Amino acid sequence: MAYVAVKGGERAIRNAHAWLAEERRGDSSVPDLGLAQIREQLGRAIDRVMAEGSCYDPDLAALAIKQAQGDLIEAVFLLRAYRTTLPRFAHSAPIDTAKIAAARRISAIFKDVPGGQILGPTYDYTHRLLDFELAESQPPPDAPLAAPDPSPMPRVHDILGREGLLEADGPIDAEPADLTREPLSFPAGRDVRLQALARGDEGFLLSMGYSTQRGYGGSHPFAGEIRVGEVSVEITPPELGFAIDIGDLTVTECQMVNQFKGSKTQPPQFTRGYGLVFGFSERKAMSMALVDRALRAAELGEDVTAPAQSPEFVLYHSDNVEATGFVEHLKLPHYVDFQSELQNVRRLREAVDQREAAE
Amino acid sequence: MQGYNFAYLDEQTKRMIRRALLKAVAIPGHQVPFGSREMPLPYGWGTGGIQVTAAVLGRNDTLKVIDQGADDTTNAVSIRHFFGRTAGVRTTTHTAEATVIQTRHRIPEEKLREDQIIVYQVPQPEPLWKLEPSRVETKRMHALADYGLMHVKLYEDVARLGQISISYDYPVMVNNRYLMSPSPIPAYDNPKMNRMPALQLFGAGREKRIYAIPPWTEVRSLDFDDHPFRPINATQACGLCGATDSYKDEVITDDRGGRMFVCSDTDHCEQRRDAA
Repeated sequence: MAYVAVKGGERAIRNAHAWLAEERRGDSSVPDLGLAQIREQLGRAIDRVMAEGSCYDPDLAALAIKQAQGDLIEAVFLLRAYRTTLPRFAHSAPIDTAKIAAARRISAIFKDVPGGQILGPTYDYTHRLLDFELAESQPPPDAPLAAPDPSPMPRVHDILGREGLLEADGPIDAEPADLTREPLSFPAGRDVRLQALARGDEGFLLSMGYSTQRGYGGSHPFAGEIRVGEVSVEITPPELGFAIDIGDLTVTECQMVNQFKGSKTQPPQFTRGYGLVFGFSERKAMSMALVDRALRAAELGEDVTAPAQSPEFVLYHSDNVEATGFVEHLKLPHYVDFQSELQNVRRLREAVDQREAAE
Repeated sequence: MQGYNFAYLDEQTKRMIRRALLKAVAIPGHQVPFGSREMPLPYGWGTGGIQVTAAVLGRNDTLKVIDQGADDTTNAVSIRHFFGRTAGVRTTTHTAEATVIQTRHRIPEEKLREDQIIVYQVPQPEPLWKLEPSRVETKRMHALADYGLMHVKLYEDVARLGQISISYDYPVMVNNRYLMSPSPIPAYDNPKMNRMPALQLFGAGREKRIYAIPPWTEVRSLDFDDHPFRPINATQACGLCGATDSYKDEVITDDRGGRMFVCSDTDHCEQRRDAA
């Protein structure tokens, strides 16, 4: 009987998982992919999974990428579902990006800045020609070395701020909110917005940021400064009473400078958009900074007309684990509701037929 | 399961969810925000229901999980396995044997009792979302019990189509105060919610909301005096057990228009066939 076709879900799931495991492994005559290989050679994928997974652990990210066959959103989901089970034993002090060990640092608004412009390991000026030598596993030539420059690298924004041309950082008052423990509510403070953006989907933020550049909530941005490098993380255990260094993180920070014509209460000055992301991801940090600034439209007395300026629109749709789950849930059975709709449409058509017959 | 707490969630998280549940029970039909966690199942696949179930489940409970009314649909199987693995509780497919029933899209045909809890998986807890996308705005509307927009929508249905055309997720008024989404159950199931002896809990994981209907609470499907609420169901009897008083699924049997109607509640159908 046809009805039997919908039975047997249990065996079907078991078999599907077995097939998946086999497919994940691929041709067994090809060597198995090691986690160290993923961690060392797919670094940008690792960074993205750690950033959107809100968990800085390259080894776990490598495992997630392997388990997800390179599907990065699936890997983010795996890492998130793991991190949510971890106990929380301490809160770190805010990281200090002024003391970053920079691998890259550029400012687009000054020709030169104290501490210098450092290109670092960027794709920016590569020609995007497929490199067939890479297919042959040739070791790369040694990169030239130089002694590290010990001169300080003050934030470009602090230099502008001294003249009062750039708005000051907001006051550091209450403890920052935590989206992973408390649900999003509105109005959402900038702390909540920045947290949501930092773990938001890179593609979504890219498109949102891009839309502000095409007239949907424009804010005349300049890349004030972008820096990538290692910062140390410190915690102060109550039993010690002083800060200890527990490790290093690689982060990308972007400070956008945006035009602002001033309002009744504020003189004309530049405003800020801020982006901070785990790992090496300028695309995400810059997009985040554009969207952060766009989301401040209401606070700065600007008209709120574009999607990128709407906190509800951006924050409710930026999380790819939420989005992919809900979009893909449409493949779950919906036949009960569909059946209701089917009967409903039949009933509506009957009513139309009866009306026409009566006329 | 090794390395995980009973029923997956840690006890602090369960306490947080229970506090939200208590508040929800105290204000029937009101959506309570809660710190929804990432679960190892995707959003939209029952994470809200799973978190609520995990928070109320005890070692002596017997769990039943249904999707589309059936115990053997893949997602129901998957969630039942999840709790089998993480909580090791007894599971059942018999409605009468269960102390906790997690459901997606249906309410069992068998009348539920006072010693049972039914947990609904909810994709969209906000009943007004199709009329007003901003949750800031809908929150204000709930606070003021300002539900004119929904009545206008129903009125427009009547004016255009001669009848109210919502067939599932049909909005209900709970305890004469809050407009509530019953989750996407067919409108056919709505009357079962009214003065139900069992506790009804609703979990929306992605939207991070919990709500509840305490036992014996009045739940009314919105309608008009001259256009009373009408549940929708196939007129045919079940092709397997002959039931006429159950909700039917339509099953296509061939490509020449052949079809049969069968009970959506697989347990109900099996019990009837066993008794015959």
